[in-house]
Amino acid sequence: MTCTDPATLDGLAWLGCYLTTGKHLSFYASFGTVLLLLAITAPTALLFGFGGAMAARARLAPVRFLGKTYIAIVRGVPDIAFFLFFVIALDQGLEYLRHHVLCPDWDQPVRQGSDFVVCDIAKLPLGSAPQWQHEIYGYSLAIVTFAIVFGAFAANVLYGAMMAVPRAQLETAEAYGLTRAQIFRRILVPQMWVYAVPGLSNLWMVLVKATPLLFLLGVEDIVYWARELGGTKNPSFTDYPHGDWRIWYFLALLVFYLLLTRVSEALLERLMKRLTFGQATTGGAAR
Amino acid sequence: MKTLILSAAALTLAGSLSAAAQDIVRLGTEGGYAPYNFLNDAGEVDGFERELGDELCDRVGVECEWVTNDWDSIIPNLVSGNYDAILAGMSITEERQQVIDFTQGYTQPDPSVFVAASEDIDLETAVIAAQTGTIQAGYAAEMENATLLEFATPEETVAAVRNGEADAVLADMAFLVPVTQNNSDLMMVGDQVLIGGGIGMGFRQSDDELRQRFDDAIQSMKDDGSLNALIEEWLPESALFDS
Repeated sequence: MTCTDPATLDGLAWLGCYLTTGKHLSFYASFGTVLLLLAITAPTALLFGFGGAMAARARLAPVRFLGKTYIAIVRGVPDIAFFLFFVIALDQGLEYLRHHVLCPDWDQPVRQGSDFVVCDIAKLPLGSAPQWQHEIYGYSLAIVTFAIVFGAFAANVLYGAMMAVPRAQLETAEAYGLTRAQIFRRILVPQMWVYAVPGLSNLWMVLVKATPLLFLLGVEDIVYWARELGGTKNPSFTDYPHGDWRIWYFLALLVFYLLLTRVSEALLERLMKRLTFGQATTGGAAR
Repeated sequence: MKTLILSAAALTLAGSLSAAAQDIVRLGTEGGYAPYNFLNDAGEVDGFERELGDELCDRVGVECEWVTNDWDSIIPNLVSGNYDAILAGMSITEERQQVIDFTQGYTQPDPSVFVAASEDIDLETAVIAAQTGTIQAGYAAEMENATLLEFATPEETVAAVRNGEADAVLADMAFLVPVTQNNSDLMMVGDQVLIGGGIGMGFRQSDDELRQRFDDAIQSMKDDGSLNALIEEWLPESALFDS
């Protein structure tokens, strides 16, 4: 099958060529981008959440204050505002630090009107860096931002879960002479998951659907490509002209998201079964 | 592993040495505004601005990379340094000039036109679709009895007319001409609207030197007629520059 002159093809042959254009390959690759983002962000966010929850219930007042502030601020600010603000702030903050270390002799102001000017060698990534480095950098910023935003929600869930572990369990541990750290590690954390998983699974679902925010940062995700590919294509600018096909592309996305949800639900349900096993909860005790 | 670290260090070093000369210029565009800029079947940026930008980079003597970015955040992302210049069919306006600097125009001011699904639309009271943050959206917002419907992409503004959500779309003529040519049910209505001062390349205000170099390159393309040739090829309905 040759795709050099699609105008002469019809039916399946045309569709076969159409679905394998470079643009479509980018579309397929973007599914990987999204899945990779989820695979990295979810554990990172959980880590942030764990840190946040631990800080929020720390004995040291400043640490507790820090943890609670993190949770309150990030939960209170809309994702989209956070995405536009935080990524720019993080990027400029890093460049500012590098600027101070690398260019101590710089005499011009860093803020010039609306511009943020640092010396060339302080730029991140360097102005001369190839495109893929810029993309990786943008992608990493996106992951950090996602992790911070979802980490705050996870922190609140975990905080609640830690509070929900029956006090009697901890008291018993104390009576056995376990230290605070030991109680935390051996009694509290293993038992809290059963209370945390429903909330975390909610969060996971929200995260799965939040990936279109990526395009705000210039990362092309599946929703961007679906919109781009589905839009009306004019014969002057493509070999594969077609009308408004966005509905089909979004239908494909719908199926993808439903499948992803279904798979996640199945996995989470199995996890929940494991966690409730032998626990003093309805899920565990009833069996 | 050690060689990997060493070569990474060497790369970083090489990177910082050549950075001073800024030999890679990153061009930001939208990729959804044919014939100015769009993504071709291979998924690469194509169109009038692609050819123009590549030629300008040749003349300036720098290597250029194309980056696509949402129209909504295209100016903030330039200012924060995600790319070095905008070539995205962006008209030179006073409001934008407060935030970024433009080169001289590389097109003559292009009239804007209304496109509707029927001849007998009363534009005075119509629902007008336009892309957010464009001069056309600004113009439609000023129309006293008309209602403005804003969309994130040019494609959606046309789709809104086609499915009856809006009565007419207001956009640059060069964008709407191919749209009407390929849709027998869409037509231009009403008078042309003269807004905007031609399209220019946008730069950060602190990047004066780079802007000057590109400005000179645009001038040289105007002088030798190659810019007019590009305009004739991609924007057949648009006015040429006097040489």
